[in-house]
Amino acid sequence: MTLSDRINGWLRRVPPWAIYVAGFLYAAWYFWLGLTGGLGPEPINTLEREYGQTAIQLLIAGLAVTPLRRFAGINLLRFRRAIGVTCFFFVLAHLSVWALLDVQALGRVWADILKRPYITIGMGAFLLLLPLAVTSNNLSIRKLGPKWRQLHKLVYPAAILAAVHFIWLVKGFPWEPFIYAGIIAVLLGLRLVPRKRPKPVARQVAS
Amino acid sequence: MAHRWTNDMTRADVTPKELWLNRRQIMAGTAGIGAAALAGRAAAQDALEPNPIEDITSYNNFYEFGTGKEDPSRNADEMVISPWSITVDGLCDNPGEYMLDDLLSGLTTEERIYRFRCVEAWSMVVPWNGVELADLLAKLGPKPEAKYVAFETAVQEENMPGVRRGVIPFPYVEGLRMDEAMHPLTLLATGIYGEPMPKQNGAPIRLVVPWKYGFKSIKSIVRISFVENEPPATWNIINPREYGFYSNVNPTHDHPRWSQATERRIGGGLFASRQDTLMWNGYDEVAPLYEGMDLDVNF
Repeated sequence: MTLSDRINGWLRRVPPWAIYVAGFLYAAWYFWLGLTGGLGPEPINTLEREYGQTAIQLLIAGLAVTPLRRFAGINLLRFRRAIGVTCFFFVLAHLSVWALLDVQALGRVWADILKRPYITIGMGAFLLLLPLAVTSNNLSIRKLGPKWRQLHKLVYPAAILAAVHFIWLVKGFPWEPFIYAGIIAVLLGLRLVPRKRPKPVARQVAS
Repeated sequence: MAHRWTNDMTRADVTPKELWLNRRQIMAGTAGIGAAALAGRAAAQDALEPNPIEDITSYNNFYEFGTGKEDPSRNADEMVISPWSITVDGLCDNPGEYMLDDLLSGLTTEERIYRFRCVEAWSMVVPWNGVELADLLAKLGPKPEAKYVAFETAVQEENMPGVRRGVIPFPYVEGLRMDEAMHPLTLLATGIYGEPMPKQNGAPIRLVVPWKYGFKSIKSIVRISFVENEPPATWNIINPREYGFYSNVNPTHDHPRWSQATERRIGGGLFASRQDTLMWNGYDEVAPLYEGMDLDVNF
């Protein structure tokens, strides 16, 4: 039994809903920390960044599913929807903390979206992910048919926008946003590796 | 020329040590008497209530120790601050390398309760202890050609993880125009709440220029230079579009990536509301220094 077989065997015992539960509990726990002083004297910014960072980590996890299966034989396909929907949940949480707790006024939220490129880009990523979250159910998959696959390729531009959003908002040159951008670039690049077609069987030519 | 500027509050208004040491607990309602005393005091001076010491010492920007707000409190312990000497050079009568105590001898230490506004749109109120920069500069005898004062922060590579990571160029440098440096508000701070300056706040000696964004108030100073031309300033070098040499607090001139019209007082919790940022951070007495200047050009 290979390592990937063993990992796959172990993964089969984990129910996908565990990801929703873990994601929700993690977000709630962080909110609780913010409420009770556990995030230091300025919890709003910390919470906003933590939700945003978790969202981009889950986005990366979702993008890793296909390459992991193709190149490492590890099958996470069962979890992909849960990863994607939980990612969107953190995007929503990130956006809500920013709009409601940080900026605090709808007028200023709108002004920021129009005026500040990194926020415009972040909103762009959110708008690209929105239809994906809405169609993350069996009914939509059935109804949309092959269009569903096409539609969900929007996650690629969304990931690029998310990476740029992160790089653009930091001061100085910390490593983290560049590491995330690098991982996203690799994961998208792997999709360009041509798939090997099965070799056509050479025809026997009668002589 | 100490005492040229006085607080609206006296020393007696500063939170007594036994209160600021455990204000969080008091606020949580465990000590009734302390809470009552605090409430009375808060009503008397509302806006300029200093932040408790734990806010001031746990939420810092000091990139030599990392970019996270909690990194300085976590990592600054390693910094060696004794002995501490400061090199004085450039256009002055008394250049040389001075031990900190010699440099400060004969100067009057005062308490100054100042608003502190970060360029990132958060703010605190800090009860500093220190000497007027003007008094120290007078001791060093600036020559008439000296139009600016430049400052440099210590670099202790082995003790500063942020320096090893190189997130911004080090040493951190800053500068002031001579009239800004000589202004009675400009302080060389050596302590907070009457205690020696905590390392994460820029021990043993740092600049405090309350009408400018916090990054102008350079920490852990090892060099003071009198120069003729505008000296380099670290954030201005990194991104001149975002951080001007002057960097006076100005609610009408936005940072390209965020608004400067409002700020959040640190310590208000998860539902703290924003408050309006004041021109010159509320220190209108500095306005004459910039008369006739276009503040959107010289931001």
